[in-house]
Amino acid sequence: MEWLPLIDKSVLILIIFLLSLGIAAYSTYAERKVAAFLQDRIGPNRAGPFGLLQPIADGVKMFMKEEIIPSASDKFLFMLGPCIFMMTALMTSAVIPWGKPLDIGGYQMNLQVADINIGVLYIVATASVGVYGIMLGGWASNNKFSLLGAVRASSQMISYELAMGLSIIGVLLISNSLSLSDIVKGQEGFHWNIIYQPLGFLIFLICAFAECNRAPFDLAECETELVGGYHTEYSSMKLGMFLFAEYVNMFISSALIVCLFFGGYNFPGIDNLDLPQNIASIISVVIFFAKTFFFIFFFMWIRWTIPRFRYDQLMKLGWQILLPLSIFNVVATAAWLTFVK
Amino acid sequence: MKLTNRAVVVSKKELTWSEKLYLPAITQGLGITISHFFKKKATVQYPEVEKPRTEIWRGRHVLKRDEEGRENCTACGLCAVACPAEAITMEAAERKKGEEHLYREEKYAATYEINMLRCIFCGLCEEACPKDAIYLTDRLVSPEYERQDFIYGKNKLVEKIDDRIDIEPRKKYHKL
Repeated sequence: MEWLPLIDKSVLILIIFLLSLGIAAYSTYAERKVAAFLQDRIGPNRAGPFGLLQPIADGVKMFMKEEIIPSASDKFLFMLGPCIFMMTALMTSAVIPWGKPLDIGGYQMNLQVADINIGVLYIVATASVGVYGIMLGGWASNNKFSLLGAVRASSQMISYELAMGLSIIGVLLISNSLSLSDIVKGQEGFHWNIIYQPLGFLIFLICAFAECNRAPFDLAECETELVGGYHTEYSSMKLGMFLFAEYVNMFISSALIVCLFFGGYNFPGIDNLDLPQNIASIISVVIFFAKTFFFIFFFMWIRWTIPRFRYDQLMKLGWQILLPLSIFNVVATAAWLTFVK
Repeated sequence: MKLTNRAVVVSKKELTWSEKLYLPAITQGLGITISHFFKKKATVQYPEVEKPRTEIWRGRHVLKRDEEGRENCTACGLCAVACPAEAITMEAAERKKGEEHLYREEKYAATYEINMLRCIFCGLCEEACPKDAIYLTDRLVSPEYERQDFIYGKNKLVEKIDDRIDIEPRKKYHKL
């Protein structure tokens, strides 16, 4: 039975890949709907029932658009930019535990592509590689606005990665592991990390917004100042890739927030029901996605509530407030674990 | 003097510590936005639902016929002179024998064109008209793909004999 894990993982990878893309596509629809509802409008409702075919129409439109590559650009890097951005966005999903293991004829199918013991490190690493996609894309466009957008994006992501990494350390101290599946298992019942790490959660949430280049941290592509930011020169599906990868990022960030702070697939009381393993597994996946969708909605909700930061405010928040706060959080958690517990 | 009761006095006081956290303000803002999520939507689903228009609405024009179905217009050109947007052009022609059932007077408009993209729907043409021939109606100018299609000729402007348009409200409005 050596080939079984191979098939198992391939199927899981395929499902998660398609799922990420599907959720990203429908996030664009959800974003427009949420934006419309928060502004007393109705939103897209012409393509299909309730406008549900809108993402497909948008996708077709993106493919039909003329593909423009600026003649003064570095063509290879220009192509590479969106590829890297999309690839890293999709790669991150590999270590996320989506649910409890399924039992298929005695074979335990783990609903996690790679249960590596440094899962959190892997995520931080891939997330920071994503900056290269933006950087290369912005630089290779040979356009002032693109370059400015790229510089902003990379400096922002680097500054917020520090606080993000430090805010996770509190969680790691509590769960004593870097593996995401262990972290989720440690939050069984209602021992969610949000209860023990409210400050860490807040810092992580803010940094997740900044990492995804979402409002109120969308300085990298703010229309009012930089035209389109790093993707000013992009058109057709390459632009689509950039925009799409952003939604994939949003989905993965939400999933991560759920894993780290909101108990992943755990839900209080579900273990006491004594369900058969497969049903329990499916319910756990549903719970996980319900939590994730809430956070995707929260991302959008925030976007239409808070205006964009000024650049100096952004840097001040990152370096002077979040970084000291996260260091304080690490020290306080460590002290609590050593002296109180 | 107090003009409205909605005026708010703005003070530039230092923020307190809790205000500097911004978190209470942000949660308050989130509350406001989510309350709009459930509010009644302001959108009118246009082609299916139309907002009510007044009966004296100044919409697309009609060239009237009299009770016997003869065109009122004599191509005097007063509407074209009155038009501030210069949207109206016409060519006059003389009525031949045997056309008395088509045109009310001896002169009529062989062509009569209104460019709906130029027209500002001010209604000066109907005020200028001495023959009760041109009126604005409560109908809308329909969207087109080509600019050329917005130049309405007599085929679109003259009212159909079997589909008369009631312009009494506008007539009454002019008498006021």
